[in-house]
Amino acid sequence: MIINHPLLGPRDSSEFTYLGDATLINRPDWQAEDAAEAFYEYGYVRDNPAGKHQELWFHEAGDRSWLVVTRDTTTHEISKVELARDVARARGRSK
Amino acid sequence: MRYSGFRVIKEALTGHKGWKPVWRDPEPKAHYDIIVIGGGGHGLATAHYLSKVYGHRNVAVVEKGWIGGGNVGRNTTIVRSNYMLDGNEPFYEFSMKLWEGLEQDLNYNAMMSQRGILNLFHTDGQRDAYTRRGNAMILHGADAELLDADQVRKEHPYLNFDDARFPIKGGLAQRRGGTARHDAVAWGFARSADSHGVDIIQNCEVTGLRIENGKCLGVETSKGFIGANKVGCAVAGNSGRVMDMAGMRLPIESHVLQAFVSEGLKPVLPSVITYGAGHFYVSQSDKGGLVFGGDLDGYNTYAQRGNLPVVEDVCEGGVSLMPMIGRARLLRMWGGVMDMSMDGSPIIDRTPVKGLYFNGGWCYGGFKATPASGYCFAHLLAKDEPHSTATAYRFDRFRRGRMIDEKGVGNQPNLH
Repeated sequence: MIINHPLLGPRDSSEFTYLGDATLINRPDWQAEDAAEAFYEYGYVRDNPAGKHQELWFHEAGDRSWLVVTRDTTTHEISKVELARDVARARGRSK
Repeated sequence: MRYSGFRVIKEALTGHKGWKPVWRDPEPKAHYDIIVIGGGGHGLATAHYLSKVYGHRNVAVVEKGWIGGGNVGRNTTIVRSNYMLDGNEPFYEFSMKLWEGLEQDLNYNAMMSQRGILNLFHTDGQRDAYTRRGNAMILHGADAELLDADQVRKEHPYLNFDDARFPIKGGLAQRRGGTARHDAVAWGFARSADSHGVDIIQNCEVTGLRIENGKCLGVETSKGFIGANKVGCAVAGNSGRVMDMAGMRLPIESHVLQAFVSEGLKPVLPSVITYGAGHFYVSQSDKGGLVFGGDLDGYNTYAQRGNLPVVEDVCEGGVSLMPMIGRARLLRMWGGVMDMSMDGSPIIDRTPVKGLYFNGGWCYGGFKATPASGYCFAHLLAKDEPHSTATAYRFDRFRRGRMIDEKGVGNQPNLH
C-alpha cells in the first residue's frame, strides 16, 4: 500500500506503524459520571467495519507524524490522508 | 458407511463403485432447535459434538460458501497446547486430547501427525520465559521438554546456531504437538455431524438475524427465513460483520495473516519449528512443501490477501533461521482474515440477545482449538452454561479487568 502523506507525498506503508480506529483520538472525559463505561468502550470495543475505515498511522521511519488514513478494509484502497493534528483540532481537541 | 482397511480393499476389488457422498445436500427446514452460523472447522465441530455428545439432532449448519472454504482451509495446520495462563492452558490441553482421539471419534483419516513442535530461544531471558511456560504446561497435564543447544543441534543440525546476533540457545519442545490435514478435519466433522442428522446447508448466506423483544428467533438467509430456538455464531474472521446484524460491537478487529508454501522438497523438517528472534514458523507437509508463516500485516482488513512488506519480513526470518531454504522456490501464498481480540484470547459466550450465542476472537490460533472450541460451544448451546475448560472466555472479561493476555501487550490487537 502507498500512503499519500500530506507533507511528504507518496510513501510506502512499510515506513508506518498502525495503531487502530481513529476514534482513539476521542479520549473520554475522565471526570464524567460514566467515565468507567466510556473508557471500557474506548479501550476495548471497536466498530471493525467492512468498508470505509478511518484509522491512525504513525510515520515511524519518516517524519514521525500521526496520520488519519481513510481506507477501505475490503479493497485496501486509500481515499483520504490527513494529519491527525488537523483532524483532532477539527474535532475540538488540543486548543 | 464406515471406513476401514477392509472396506478399501473391497472397493478396490469392485471398481470403487460403492463410495457414496459423505454428507447430504438438504434444503433448509422451516425450524431447527439450534442453528450454527458458519460451516468452518469450529461450526462443523460444534454440530458434531452437539449431535454426538449432547444428543441434539435437530440442528443445522448454514454456510455462505462451501464448507471448509474459509480459515479452516487457509491455516498452517499446526496443533499444539503450549500456552501458559490458567484461562487458556486447560482449554488447549483439552483440545490436544480431543485431537489425539479425533480420527477414531470421527472414523475419518485427518492425517493427525504428532511430529512435535519446537519453540527456539536465543537469549537467557527467553529461556527463562520458556522454562516458566513449560512448567505451567506440565502443571496443567500437558507435556513440555526444555532442550539445550546441543540437544536441538542433534535433532535439527541444519539450523543457523552460531548467528552472531541471535545464536540458538535451545528450545521448548512439545512432543505431542504436530500437524493435521486441515481440510480433512472439516470434512470429517461434517461427515460425522451429517450422519447424526445435522443438516449442512451450503451456499446459504446469513443476511440478517430476526430479533424480537430481545430474543433471537432465527436467521434471514439467501434461502429465506429459518427459525431456531438458539442461534450460535461461529464465523471467526467475519464476526464483526455478522454480529453487526444484532447491533453488537465487539472487542475484536479483523486482520489478515499470510501463509506460504514452497515447492515440494524431500523430507527435511522432522517437526514444527518456530523462530524466537523473528517472525517465522515452519513445518513440512506430507507432500513435501514447506508450510510457513509469520506475523500479521497489522492493519484492519477483511480482504483475504496481504501486502509485500510482510512477505519480505517472513522470508528474511526463514532464511536467517535455516539458510538451506534460501534457494527453495515459493509455490503459493495466501491470506486469511483473523478475529484479533483485545487480549489475544477467544470468546465463547452468551450475548445480551436471548438465544444468540457467540464463538470467535480466535486470533491466529483457531485451528488447534477446533475440537475443543466445537465441544465447548456445543456445551454452551446445549446447557446454557460454559464448559469447565472455557469459563474464562467471557465477553465481560474486558470490562472486569480479567484479560487473558499471553503476550502481555495490552489492548493492541495487531501485537498479539
